[in-house]
Amino acid sequence: MWFPRLASDRALRRRAVEGPFALPFALVQKQASADRLVCLNATAETLGLHRGMALADARVYCPDLVTAPADPPAEARFLETLRRWATRYCPWVGRDGEDGLVLDVTGATHLHGGEAAMLDDMRARAARAGLALRAGLADTRGAAWALAHHGEGIAAPGDTLTALGPLPVAALRLPPDTVTGLQRLGLRLVADLAAAPRAPLARRFGRGPLARLDQALGQMPDPVTPQPDPPHYGIRLSLPEPIGLARDVMAGTERLLDRLCARLQEDEAGARILLLTLRRVDGDSRQVELRLASPMRDPARILPLFTRGIEAVDAGFGIDQLRLEAARTEPLPAQQLGGPVNAGGPTLDDLVTRIGTRIGLENVLRYLPADSHIPERGFSAAAAAFSTPESGWSSPRPRPLRLFPPEPIAASGPHPPARFRWRAMTLATARATGPERIAPEWWLPDESWRHGTRDYWRIETGQGRRLWLFHTPAAPGWFVQGEFP
Amino acid sequence: MQPNLHSFPLRPGRVHEVCGPGATSFAAIVAASGAGPVLWVRQDWVTEILNPVGLAAFFDPARLLIAQAPSQSDALAVTEEALRDGSVPLVVTEITRPLDLRQGRRLQLAAGTGGSTGLCLIPEGMGSNAAETRWHASPRLAPDGADSTALRWELIKNKTGTLGAWDVRWDETAHRLHVVSPVGERPGPAQARG
Repeated sequence: MWFPRLASDRALRRRAVEGPFALPFALVQKQASADRLVCLNATAETLGLHRGMALADARVYCPDLVTAPADPPAEARFLETLRRWATRYCPWVGRDGEDGLVLDVTGATHLHGGEAAMLDDMRARAARAGLALRAGLADTRGAAWALAHHGEGIAAPGDTLTALGPLPVAALRLPPDTVTGLQRLGLRLVADLAAAPRAPLARRFGRGPLARLDQALGQMPDPVTPQPDPPHYGIRLSLPEPIGLARDVMAGTERLLDRLCARLQEDEAGARILLLTLRRVDGDSRQVELRLASPMRDPARILPLFTRGIEAVDAGFGIDQLRLEAARTEPLPAQQLGGPVNAGGPTLDDLVTRIGTRIGLENVLRYLPADSHIPERGFSAAAAAFSTPESGWSSPRPRPLRLFPPEPIAASGPHPPARFRWRAMTLATARATGPERIAPEWWLPDESWRHGTRDYWRIETGQGRRLWLFHTPAAPGWFVQGEFP
Repeated sequence: MQPNLHSFPLRPGRVHEVCGPGATSFAAIVAASGAGPVLWVRQDWVTEILNPVGLAAFFDPARLLIAQAPSQSDALAVTEEALRDGSVPLVVTEITRPLDLRQGRRLQLAAGTGGSTGLCLIPEGMGSNAAETRWHASPRLAPDGADSTALRWELIKNKTGTLGAWDVRWDETAHRLHVVSPVGERPGPAQARG
């Protein structure tokens, strides 16, 4: 199956422009410093545009061209979706390049009413989805590819060469320069190539063209590699009668959790985000999200963490379906039982999860050391659930215990003031240690450092408070930024 | 007078309070005298932040977990949850409004269940009746000049013992607390005067 315009069809499906096929449309990608067309719709092709054309040239030919940026990862995901859809025809489906699928339909065609009926069904369904589809069916993968790309149809079993013969040599999946070389020799059709003596061809072009020909004719193996389905961790529980009590929902969740965790156990995975969808009888649904501080698959530990979320759900007239999905999983290998007990490990993670359900997991933080001499940037805060503690805290000079945004005080001159007022207190300097000059990091512009270098002083006041003051020589001023223990 | 610091380390399974300008260093010293993780609950609108680089003089900041709550009631809920759980030996909470009797009592019960120590950093004069002990910590100007972490700790409320006041000093290299004898009662030549 070949989707000649997969990318632009996908983009047009999403845009849902009125009469999408009427206007010329193209996807544009920046290649080698120029915007080039990578995929066009049928209208654009009839107007003489082609792939690889520069966007500026295309606009000259066709001023009303509609364009959109190409998105290769999304196209790959879309092809993956199509691959899963294609398993409705046979279980053995692989991807072929960026815009094709290859199906091994051996022994599956009669389920769809024969080969021709199956291809018609494929075309009809693709057309309904707004996708251009060209399908070829043959004994071998190479022959089917040739038929799909160059002239569609079905090759009769055992008679591949007859079907392929009138096709150009490009149908053999050959690189463009080989195709040009073969054409210069007068070998334009597959039939010509098959009839030509093999030894001189192999000497001139290497094994490429002959190997492709043999693959197409079934004389060399060319297997179809099916893609594995990604594991899916979603489980549903439908109820004959709606339920409304939190206790009942918890009991249902427990059953789902047991099954989900058994499946996770098989794959040695642990859930990181769990989504519980409660469908109500009125068709509405409520979702409970549980973000765990570490990958887990122990139902007895996960279940209590759901309590808070489930109690907050408005059950309405009752809930008749529960669906539990592990939206994100991480590998969690089985661990040895016994041995030295990891101090505070799992229970601390549970606590972080519980706190996270109240204030958000991203608000439980951990400080990590950062390599900067700027006081505010000497550390970074990271979510505790997604980081590991790091050591290596050191400072060559004493640093304050508390930091606050710089608070200006009335003082002048490069030396610390003998008396000053700060936060409605009159303080007298008893001892001053400094200055320690800190220059801003020029590679990271920071608005609060716009006054340039700072001279930091550690001031011990007669009243007891030990403050961290700084003076900015470039724009004279004194500020308090921190307090020492 | 023997300068022994009774009621310190803080009694576990109870909630204590500390106020005054040296409250943060008091909490840091409490954390340094214990082991295991420390949960520090703060409110996210407070601009004054804890500096882990400065904290490293007291204990390893890798032990520290920060919970940022949007309001005081959320901060108290997080504190209660952590105290009841008991997997964190010390929970420090920064409080901006006075606790009422019920909130203070809930925290006490949670700490009793989990066996963790709770420590509330309170603004001066906002103590709760339920607190086990209340301390007032303030930095002092050391008279001799060399000593730069002199602190005065006053025990201003104690449910199970006597009150007191001590001059203490944190030794950054040895990571331990020294109780300094009050001036005038030091051993040595000073006694000859009297």
